[in-house]
Amino acid sequence: MEIRMIISGFLIFAGCFFIVVASLGVLRLPDFYARLHAGGKADTMGQTLVVLGLIVYEGFNILSLKMLFVIIFIYIANPTATHAIAKAAWVEGLKPWRKKND
Amino acid sequence: MFSIAATILIISAVITIIRMLKGPTVFDRILAANLIGTKTVILILLLGYIYGRPHFSDLALVYALINFIVTIALLRYMEKGRLD
Repeated sequence: MEIRMIISGFLIFAGCFFIVVASLGVLRLPDFYARLHAGGKADTMGQTLVVLGLIVYEGFNILSLKMLFVIIFIYIANPTATHAIAKAAWVEGLKPWRKKND
Repeated sequence: MFSIAATILIISAVITIIRMLKGPTVFDRILAANLIGTKTVILILLLGYIYGRPHFSDLALVYALINFIVTIALLRYMEKGRLD
């Protein structure tokens, strides 16, 4: 069990933790815009950690460069997609959730 | 190690599917579809390592690209009612 396996295992399970938290957040949060927070941010973080764990496990070759491209694209695409969903919902007229007394 | 991570991912995909079925507005469903797509990207990478074919990262990259395009196309269809 070299140190490389331990580090990649730790990164992968940290990523899985964030992914599970993201999916639980998407399930339980009251409002659509609140779900966007969980869906956009925590998921991106979880994926980055998992792919980082795989890169550490893979070592230093062309394959981890490709996985680096996956991470870079996810960093660009996920926030953009979340923004596009939020804009489309706002244009459609979906109002954020308000507390009952105000 | 990879198979445990893959099962955790599948469980979280099932949780997202519950939100997709329950989601009141259609944008919840689009968001859930986007999330399942990004989870599949990671699942492809992990399965590549489980089956000893680590060259699945090309598939994962292409799938991430396509998943992004699908989300944008769905939203454009929602806003404009047509895609052209």
